[in-house]
Amino acid sequence: MPERTMIQIDDVTKSYGDFHALDHATLTIKEGEFFSLLGPSGCGKTTLLRMIAGLDQPTSGSISIDGQPMDGIPANARPTNMVFQSYAIFPHLKVGENVAYGLKRLKLGAVEEKRRVTEALEMVSLAGLDNRGATELSGGQRQRVALARALVMRPKVLLLDEPLSALDKKLREQMQVELRRLQQAVGITFILVTHDQYEALAMSDRIAVMFGGRIAQIASPKEIYQRPVNRQVADFLGGMNFVKAEIVEENGQSITVDTQGFGRVKTERPPAFAPAGRSATLGIRPERLRVRWDDATAKHEVKGTVIERHYFGEITHLLVEIPGMEKPLSVTETNDFGADDLPLGATIRLGYDPDALVAMAE
Amino acid sequence: MTAALEGTTPYRAPRAAPASFLKSEEAKGYTLIAPPFLYALALLGLPIVVVIAHSFWSQTYLTVDTTLTLDNYRQALFEPIYQDLLLRSLFISLTVSVTTVCLAYPVAYFISFHGGRHKGLWLFVITIPFWTSYLLRVMSWKVILGYSGVLNSALMGLGITDEPSSALLYNSTAVLITLTHAWVAFAILPIFVSLEKVDRTLIEAATDLGDGPVRSFLRVTLPLSLPGVIAALLIVMIPTVGDYVTPKMVGGTDGVMIANAIQAQFGRAMNKPLGAALSVTTMLAVTAMAFVSVMSLRALVRAFR
Repeated sequence: MPERTMIQIDDVTKSYGDFHALDHATLTIKEGEFFSLLGPSGCGKTTLLRMIAGLDQPTSGSISIDGQPMDGIPANARPTNMVFQSYAIFPHLKVGENVAYGLKRLKLGAVEEKRRVTEALEMVSLAGLDNRGATELSGGQRQRVALARALVMRPKVLLLDEPLSALDKKLREQMQVELRRLQQAVGITFILVTHDQYEALAMSDRIAVMFGGRIAQIASPKEIYQRPVNRQVADFLGGMNFVKAEIVEENGQSITVDTQGFGRVKTERPPAFAPAGRSATLGIRPERLRVRWDDATAKHEVKGTVIERHYFGEITHLLVEIPGMEKPLSVTETNDFGADDLPLGATIRLGYDPDALVAMAE
Repeated sequence: MTAALEGTTPYRAPRAAPASFLKSEEAKGYTLIAPPFLYALALLGLPIVVVIAHSFWSQTYLTVDTTLTLDNYRQALFEPIYQDLLLRSLFISLTVSVTTVCLAYPVAYFISFHGGRHKGLWLFVITIPFWTSYLLRVMSWKVILGYSGVLNSALMGLGITDEPSSALLYNSTAVLITLTHAWVAFAILPIFVSLEKVDRTLIEAATDLGDGPVRSFLRVTLPLSLPGVIAALLIVMIPTVGDYVTPKMVGGTDGVMIANAIQAQFGRAMNKPLGAALSVTTMLAVTAMAFVSVMSLRALVRAFR
């Protein structure tokens, strides 16, 4: 992937009175990248997207797109196009007219315009629906029209504001794959706003996790999921067992801690790690704890009692009480060895990879 | 196979159909609209039938001869006086409705897009003129436009004119001004309602796709508020054609409209059949004009796409 900067967000703040919708955000998005802004509602992700589009103006700070500063450039003159959450399909226009909306102004001539509309509709698998009325479309089709209408403009950056949130689960998963495929085919920089962590993980090259107007972490999906910088990020990206620990030894690269339940562990020191005194928090994902069915004692294992069991079809969630730990551990186990039949009160052993235990800030 | 067999001898629930109709949603609906429907039938439908019937009869001194004739329509359509009056009425009504809509649209747009929390207050303010009677409002225009009226005094006071102008009142322009003022509030409301329904995201989408404020207005806001504009246009156009109070009070001889002639035929002239024929002609003419106006408005807005 080329390492050219497409979007530079520099110390951008958006305030409404005393409330900071976005608080000193700085980030760089590379050309051709699929970048996601992930966070709960009200975290400022949509505000940031709208400021990139030019629909809102930053209170302070600057945004540049492809090296061009965007101060004072209105939304209609920016090289960005947006897929709105509500799709914003023009109800008085047909599908073809919707897609051609932005092209009309470019005066391409009827033949070229028609060719580009057809091409865009083919790209989103809606070929031949030009003359369908905008109000006669299903949710998924409307979403595709919105996508075609934006892509037909050949923007430098495509902005997607929760584009899949109104679709049902199956269609959403299908569209995730299609969107990702499409992005790789056209090579345009995509910025996706979402509150769905699985969507962000499945589609993005990089993710910025945001809370309360601030960017908490910017990293690849794997990094974000496996090495969250703090508890908030860890929690938002799915289940996480938090383990209390005391720091024994600390240097630039790694820390060694004594944990409740897991004994002494040496782990990578995260960049933003700021220990509160001698105590620290470690985390391990529920699926990184595996029930050991054999009798051989592994080097890394904890023993505990099953206190709750929840069946989810392909997997089972277990709550396992470990002596010496404040909270029971949450464990996700596949059902192929019979985790769904484990009786409550059974004593089991949980194996883990010490690398899966990560230190994080509070 | 079984389905086809059953199809040949359709199953009927004995005597169940009438009872279920009385309990059906449809029946409930008809029951609900029955009072206003009967009211409208009695006070709108029947009079129209009576008027249409009269228009094919003729007046023989004090009685009406019910032999069918087209003589009334010949007069209504070909007598120059009625032609003039009808054309003038149509012209005044068209001008008033177009002007009213043009004046009302910016007001409605302002309230809908920039009214903020005070939308209700703005709408309330607009209804304030209706607290006085229509006649008083027409009279006040006499005071403003009259020979020694407010406008003439102001023009002279400012040194723009030397003597009062008598050209302000008692002509069709005075009728135009008065009617426009009287109807503008009725035009604001439907336009406001349709503007309120325009999804603001659509305007953002138009901007995002490269349109400036004027283009996005012409291509998105205006077409989507068109139902309100059409409603406003018709609400003003149809009643103003038949208005006879305003022309009588501020129109003078130059401002007489077709309704004044109809009123005369039903009153002093004692020729109900001719009055009826004039009424029917006017109704048909205004229907045609409304249809053509709506079609051309649609075509105009379509051209902006």
